[in-house]
Amino acid sequence: MNKQSTWQKIKGWSLFLPVMSLLLVMAVNIIHDIYIGANPLSFFMITLRQTTGNGTILYGRIIDILNRGSEVAILSIGMTLVVSSSAGTDISVGSVMSLCASFCCMLLAGYGVSSTTTLARPLLVGILGGIAIGVLCGMFNGTLVAYFGIQPMVATLILYSAARAIGLLLCNDLIVYIRNDSFGFFGGFLGLIPTPVVIAAICILVVALLLKKTALGMYIQSVGINAKASRIAGLNSKRIIFLTYMLCGLFAGIAGIVASSRITSADSNNIGLYFEMDAILAVALGGNSLGGGKFNLAGSIIGAYTIQAITTTLYALGVSSTQAPVFKAIIVILIVAIQAPPLKAYFKKRSAAKQVKGAAS
Amino acid sequence: MEDNVVLTARGITMTFPGVKALENVDFTLRKGEIHALMGENGAGKSTLIKCLTGINDFEAGEIHVDGISGPVRNHSTKDAQEVGISTVYQEVNLCPNLSVAENLFIGREPMTKFHTVDRRSYNKRSQKIMDELGISVDVTQNLENYSLAIQQMVAIARAVDMDCKVLILDEPTSSLDDEEVEKLFSLMRNLRDKGVGIIFVTHFLEQVYAVCDRITVLRDGQLVGEYPIAELPRVKLVAAMMGKNLDDLAEIHKESIEDVSKNPLEISAKGISHTGTIKPFDLDIHKGEVVGVAGLLGSGRSELARAIYGADKASTGTLSVDGKEVKINQPIDAMNLGMGMLPDDRKAEGIIADLSVRENIILALQAKRGMFKQLSRARQEEIAARYIDLVQIKTADQETLVKQLSGGNQQKVILARWLATDPDFLILDEPTRGIDVGTKSEIQKMIVKLAGEGKSILFISSEIAEMLRTCNRMAIMRDGEKVGELDHDLTQENVMKAIAGGEQAQ
Repeated sequence: MNKQSTWQKIKGWSLFLPVMSLLLVMAVNIIHDIYIGANPLSFFMITLRQTTGNGTILYGRIIDILNRGSEVAILSIGMTLVVSSSAGTDISVGSVMSLCASFCCMLLAGYGVSSTTTLARPLLVGILGGIAIGVLCGMFNGTLVAYFGIQPMVATLILYSAARAIGLLLCNDLIVYIRNDSFGFFGGFLGLIPTPVVIAAICILVVALLLKKTALGMYIQSVGINAKASRIAGLNSKRIIFLTYMLCGLFAGIAGIVASSRITSADSNNIGLYFEMDAILAVALGGNSLGGGKFNLAGSIIGAYTIQAITTTLYALGVSSTQAPVFKAIIVILIVAIQAPPLKAYFKKRSAAKQVKGAAS
Repeated sequence: MEDNVVLTARGITMTFPGVKALENVDFTLRKGEIHALMGENGAGKSTLIKCLTGINDFEAGEIHVDGISGPVRNHSTKDAQEVGISTVYQEVNLCPNLSVAENLFIGREPMTKFHTVDRRSYNKRSQKIMDELGISVDVTQNLENYSLAIQQMVAIARAVDMDCKVLILDEPTSSLDDEEVEKLFSLMRNLRDKGVGIIFVTHFLEQVYAVCDRITVLRDGQLVGEYPIAELPRVKLVAAMMGKNLDDLAEIHKESIEDVSKNPLEISAKGISHTGTIKPFDLDIHKGEVVGVAGLLGSGRSELARAIYGADKASTGTLSVDGKEVKINQPIDAMNLGMGMLPDDRKAEGIIADLSVRENIILALQAKRGMFKQLSRARQEEIAARYIDLVQIKTADQETLVKQLSGGNQQKVILARWLATDPDFLILDEPTRGIDVGTKSEIQKMIVKLAGEGKSILFISSEIAEMLRTCNRMAIMRDGEKVGELDHDLTQENVMKAIAGGEQAQ
């Protein structure tokens, strides 16, 4: 009896399904490892490895997932807030990442320079410049959505198509390479740990603190649930929606810098490509309604890493990178389906029926 | 069917989820009459019309139309038009970028023998139709070149030309000025003389008496009665719509409410208006005073309060709070001046459905403090507990989502939200609507108690009786305008007379 109620409690936990999804993906890895005769726990193994330089870093699949999933995790923070406040999605984040990367690299290399080993400006100027552009893009989107009342999808479509092109313009149609270790740091390692993981952790922590220590979280949810009533109760609904888009732009900027630093270049055509879709998916996988209102940031973050875990798993299973999206789609359908209300209701009904049966016997 | 009857509806019943929208309603329309369909919002006027025009599929009852044997059941507006029932709505459903003639014949264009549109013939026919109806327009001009009134008349002409026997005009005058209304009336009279039966839905009482021959009144989905215009003076019409029978009403004796007219002013509004919803009004409210706002639904009661509170930013006028002139752009400005407003639409503007009772209660207080001064969780729980106890909210616990509460308890949560901000001036718009009797009297007691503490209250209600019990003074609203105040002889009869305006009861 007691045991069952504990189980019920776990099932009632808001993060139950996102966590289950992530565990499921991990289970697939374990089964595969057993099947090929490898150590069943090799998925979780973290080892120390020497780099080509003379550093030591952590190595393992978990580390790889945390590392590669950083950008989507960072984006999913902003996306969660945008979805909650405006019941819409910001589809420009991938393009904005690319623009921020381009602007940052242009600042660091100087306009028209395609490859450099020395920085034209202090590193901080480039980084902050790139992030500032992201914030500006977010403010642009926020203005259109909050103050002009344009559908979020349409409003962010503008920068979705334009931002990447503006980035190319800034880079004079070149791929700008910054072959300087100090720039590569943001996509490299901080001691043993990959820097993107640290950056993502800081972003998550700061926002989590912001949500805990200020009333921002309640404001955003309140506006997302009922903007009219929130206004009557004294909230500036428009300003709050604007703020979420601005934050979303900020995180797109940070993700852009990380992505650019990883490849130590501004490859406008490829940085952040389709990332907006992964970010939206992360929010949905996290059990958040795309209809706005209540949100669960932890769910989105778990969702982001689940997406990366799927990708990494598929590569580990030997699926080629060209075919991976098909399998990814199948898994996503399964995960989304088990969270769908009709299926949830079905399982609830079944477990209730089972309980009745159990009581009768 | 009687000789001159063109449409009868018998025993029409229609249920929406949880609500009986129409219950056993009868309606009779005669040839060559203008018949007003009256009732407050939600009385069932629109539902009945939608049953006639095939938009709603009613559950029980029969509709008969002159010249058609057997009951008629329309499944679309097209069906309705085929049996001769046409509708013209407040917003014109025509194409502004087509000519008047094209609009008249859209969907039924006359054809030449080569199956092309016979433009010349329909321009000629259109001009003839318009001339016959006495509407002076050039039918080759685009519709958008004409005023809204003319556009509406074109819509009517289109309906009439399709051999309509029954013409339904649903709030056609809402966006017309006086002169345009007069033009529309002469067209209506013209059609009446041609034998068309017209159903006229409006909330302007004056217009009913200007043009109608007969009135049918609905209330809460039920038929109140059908009256020739001469037998139903305004006061009785208002009484019928509101469900109060003047003769039966025992005078309610107001408990002794102290005289507060010497108290300093809390609120002083001069010439405040909001374009399109409420005309400029003056209103003074003393400290510790309860001022009621009486009027029919849609008379501008809520709009008056919204313009003061900044829910609709005032277009003109000045507002003084506590003797100082202030500028209110949005609700938070009003809140910082010590105001609070419980809006009439609890679902749309009151509760935040998916937030907990605790969050709903502390929301306004938190908004006043600002985002960065978050109330600690312990403090939130303490405040929520205090007000749940004070206004007796029945909830499993503080973390229950407010949408899971009953309507009355949701209303109490919003009341608690405002009490938690300790306001000096509280606007209560229909605080007791849809609430059981016990809770009603609790809220009324709360109002008197708050006034006793020196707070000022603007109390808006459809129930005159509850305002009589609590108010020192009443503002009277009619057709989007504040038409007067009553500060003595506050009786149900006097208030109803004031609401009805115009002629007085005998």
